[in-house]
Amino acid sequence: MSTYLELSNLTKIYENSKGPQIVVKDFNLSINKGEFVCLIGHSGCGKSTVLSMVAGLNDSTGGGIILAGKELVGAGPDRGVVFQSPSLLPWLTAFENVKLGVDQAFYTASNEERRQIVEYYLSVVGLANAMHKKPTELSQGMRQRVGIARAFALSPKMLLLDEPFGMLDSLTRFELQQVLIELWRKDKKTALMVTHDVDESLFLSDRIVMMTNGPEAEVGDILEVKFPRPRERKAVLEHPDYYRLREHLIEFLEVHAHYKKAHEQERIPPARFSLGETECQVLPKNECPTPKEMASNSN
Amino acid sequence: MNKSKFKFDWLVLPLFGIGVVLLLWSVFSATWAKELPSPMKTWEKSRELILSPFAKRGEMDQGILRFTWYSLVLVAKGYAIALLVGTPIGFCLGLSKTFSKTFDPIIQILRPVSPLAWLPLGLILFLGAGKQASELGALFTIAICAMWPTVLNTAVGVRAIPQDYLNVAKVLKLSRTKTLFKVLIPATLPYMFTGFRLSLGIAWLVIVAAEMLTGRPGVGGFLWQEYNSLIYEHIILCIITIGVVGFVLDRLMSVVEKRFKTA
Repeated sequence: MSTYLELSNLTKIYENSKGPQIVVKDFNLSINKGEFVCLIGHSGCGKSTVLSMVAGLNDSTGGGIILAGKELVGAGPDRGVVFQSPSLLPWLTAFENVKLGVDQAFYTASNEERRQIVEYYLSVVGLANAMHKKPTELSQGMRQRVGIARAFALSPKMLLLDEPFGMLDSLTRFELQQVLIELWRKDKKTALMVTHDVDESLFLSDRIVMMTNGPEAEVGDILEVKFPRPRERKAVLEHPDYYRLREHLIEFLEVHAHYKKAHEQERIPPARFSLGETECQVLPKNECPTPKEMASNSN
Repeated sequence: MNKSKFKFDWLVLPLFGIGVVLLLWSVFSATWAKELPSPMKTWEKSRELILSPFAKRGEMDQGILRFTWYSLVLVAKGYAIALLVGTPIGFCLGLSKTFSKTFDPIIQILRPVSPLAWLPLGLILFLGAGKQASELGALFTIAICAMWPTVLNTAVGVRAIPQDYLNVAKVLKLSRTKTLFKVLIPATLPYMFTGFRLSLGIAWLVIVAAEMLTGRPGVGGFLWQEYNSLIYEHIILCIITIGVVGFVLDRLMSVVEKRFKTA
């Protein structure tokens, strides 16, 4: 298999009043065609920054991104993005939200063909009966289904998912992971997903890229996940390697949490909360730019 | 839900409030404000204007609703100009930091200027228009006074568009026009309508001043004329009419505004 997406020495530096803040430094990663890769790391470590640079929503300070042999410049519908919040336009129905993207991606197709594409993807994610509802009439889980349908319906070269299930309760999360993995298998998309859920990454991905904590975040370790596909949640959980891999991930995250703590001690102590069995830290607010700052920096 | 103490309090209480004011008014007109016509006298003198509201007996002797209609037509024109000019300016302010930095200070300076100050300038500007001068001057004044709430609310609305929506536009690579019509305008509509409602209120305030100074037929012009003719009852009739019309306009706009709030 050949490299499809290549990130080489990807670097992001924010200039602020305290001087340059190196968020991501020399991030290198190659993803093969059809591979599902998860980026895992603590909140604020820069994993979302990497994803939004690939999505073209955030300019990189250094390094390059090559997708399918072409250097990426700016955003475009060749990459389907699923955001953390569903990001649907509330004045459009589910159908119109997906159609908006399909109209862009398939501008040469006839209106009838585009309508069929939209209907197909909305049915596949289980919204055949709710197509013409507004986002306010849909549950959080259903909205994210629309978000997934919108990303796949673009027929993108690759999928980028930024903690797409982070806001959902665990039952809905399981359902949507199933929806996602089935669509991914059908469409054979290359996918890069950011998450901080260890079990989610083990269930979904072929490889898990662990990121060290920022500032100057980089690839810490890469874990190959070789559970047979198509995967059943039960079979994955019962696989003899499952807990070994899970331990490995958690150990990595814990080591980096402690390393970070030692660094932070003289400053504001980071808030701690637990996510499943992993402990995560939230960086003090001034450490990592908010999405708004990112956006204004990229202008 | 159990706030109301008795069944028709929504009707009885306001009527009681009106009654109190009428009583005070009668007392005042009977005691220290001898020039103030009593409610009864006001009704007697205004009866003809109210009971045949669309009659036209002369240029300045017409039914009260006929006068109101003239005023509303003028307000509608000036208000339309205010929205057509104000909304794009608001969008520019909200979208471009440079534009905002350049023009925000001058807007803040022009905004508090009274309609009474703009009107003479408006009349001078359209001096060449001859007979039309007073109408164009009044329109100019209404438009320039009424557009600020639209300008500022639109700008706030554009700035408040969630980054998520803009990211969607970026990822889908929507063209500039598509982004404007599919994302920016729908996202800003609720704010725009708040501005529109406030602008309409101001436009209605300005009309009276504009008509008084230009002597145009209309509810404000009539008010001024009756002051000069010493028919004080009609002044009160005009005040009540202006108030009621303003209230109705505001209610109508807030119904429209609420429709867009949920979108």
